[in-house]
Amino acid sequence: MGWRLIRTYTILVYLFMFLPIAVVVLLSFNANQFGSFPMTGLSTRWFEVLWNNGAIMRAFRTSIVLGLMTAVISTVLGVLASLALVRYKIPGRNLITTLLIAPILVPEVVLAVALLLFLNFLDIGKSFTLLLAGHVIFTLPFVILVVQARLVSIKRDVEEAALSLGASPMQTFFAITLPLLMPAVAAGGLFAFTISFDDITGTLFWKPGGIETVPTQIFSMLRNSISPEINALGTVMIVLTVGLPLIGAAIARSLATRSGG
Amino acid sequence: MSIEQREARQPWILLTPALTAIGLLLIVPLVFIVVYSFWLKSAAGADTPGFFLDNWQETLTDPFYRDILLNTLKIAAITTVACALLGYPAAYFIARSRGNKMVLLVLLMLPFWISYIIRTMSWINILGVSGALNSALIWLGLINEPIQMLYNETTVILGLTHFLLPFMVLNVFVSLDGIDTNLEDAASSLGATRWQGFLQVTLPLSLPGLAAGGLLCFVLAAGTYITPVILGGPRDAMFANLVYEAIIRQLNWPLGSALSLLLLAVLGVLVLIYNRYLGMAQLAKGLG
Repeated sequence: MGWRLIRTYTILVYLFMFLPIAVVVLLSFNANQFGSFPMTGLSTRWFEVLWNNGAIMRAFRTSIVLGLMTAVISTVLGVLASLALVRYKIPGRNLITTLLIAPILVPEVVLAVALLLFLNFLDIGKSFTLLLAGHVIFTLPFVILVVQARLVSIKRDVEEAALSLGASPMQTFFAITLPLLMPAVAAGGLFAFTISFDDITGTLFWKPGGIETVPTQIFSMLRNSISPEINALGTVMIVLTVGLPLIGAAIARSLATRSGG
Repeated sequence: MSIEQREARQPWILLTPALTAIGLLLIVPLVFIVVYSFWLKSAAGADTPGFFLDNWQETLTDPFYRDILLNTLKIAAITTVACALLGYPAAYFIARSRGNKMVLLVLLMLPFWISYIIRTMSWINILGVSGALNSALIWLGLINEPIQMLYNETTVILGLTHFLLPFMVLNVFVSLDGIDTNLEDAASSLGATRWQGFLQVTLPLSLPGLAAGGLLCFVLAAGTYITPVILGGPRDAMFANLVYEAIIRQLNWPLGSALSLLLLAVLGVLVLIYNRYLGMAQLAKGLG
């Protein structure tokens, strides 16, 4: 009896999580001119409106460039730091780990204010540079956590074998460690990209006037009222953030079974 | 230089870029706003450096700020409890199900990847005057006119719970999944009912995960800026909204510094208490 109850409860929790998202997708195909219930039919007109909206397309480009740059910088910094933490005995390891994950523990508003005021003091005002610096700082801890977890599971032996066969530490890193670490590097980079792409609080503090990312663009559109265009944009983002990784994983899996079988 | 010395230097070379970034872009700026909070805003031109207590006096004694701080903590606390009540049973189900645990977990984590602002605004589609719920109630003939259900404290808490639930589920799942199920079997073979076994064995062992999830939910809820703007009414401002007002709208940076530091101090105390009793390792486990 108890187990059934828990199962029903869990299904309700899943519904709570997915129902609002499903409604966004449903309404984005709504033919009704106000984009609200009752639905009068299915149509893709809102996606056309979206495609022809210059502001949103510009915001998309900004978000993608910012996300890619953030992902590259964060992943490089994160991989190097994780190597040091996992592969060497260093004094004050706990303190260093706490420092490196500190950006998660500091509320984002506080981080945003501190960085804005300090860089402004250094004569770096609201700019793309400030945005990038901020995004790197709060994505770095996530990259480090992901990469570290993976690095721990790579056996030291393989690296030592390479070293004993005469490879230099550099050669060992590029020929052995990095290929083994690739899934974690990719996951860390994807994580950093997603967090950056999705960020709004810090971005609102740091962005210069005239530059919008996708979330800040949606935010400013929401001030008027919820338009069906926003639902269409939401659908596009849901497909991008959920669909692509799932398809990627499915392809990787089918390739793996083919080569394995 | 000897090989040992070079060996000892290597990790620091690897750590330098990350530590420099954190130092220059987080630690130094935090120290800087501590200094800045004692400066004074000038009516025109640059702020006056010095050691003035005015901003702190305003921050700590103005009942307006105090009430919003207390309200923010209240909303964060209710959200955390809601996440625990919804998330614990779900995490328990996933951890103990005989089916494909990972698929169930990934499914519940999916919304985590979907844009925060889209998920927040999605509630307008459900609860708005022309939203799904009102349309359904009118169609059923239960009401004649749509009811305004949005833009109050409850919808803010609802939005936050929807946003933060995955953090709770993931943390609780990690700790439940690490518990040896033989322990529950042992308890039942010693005559405990399943419910007793759960209360006396499983629940206590999973408390670290619950605490880690709770801390994350609380800290993230208390620092939120967007949810009250989108789903709250004019009187539902939370503390981060005050900070935004001071910094971006009024350009009163010294006061904004003091306000942000107060928020940091209040939430920092919580993190320290947590760290004292449970350590950061548990938190890292749930995030990784």
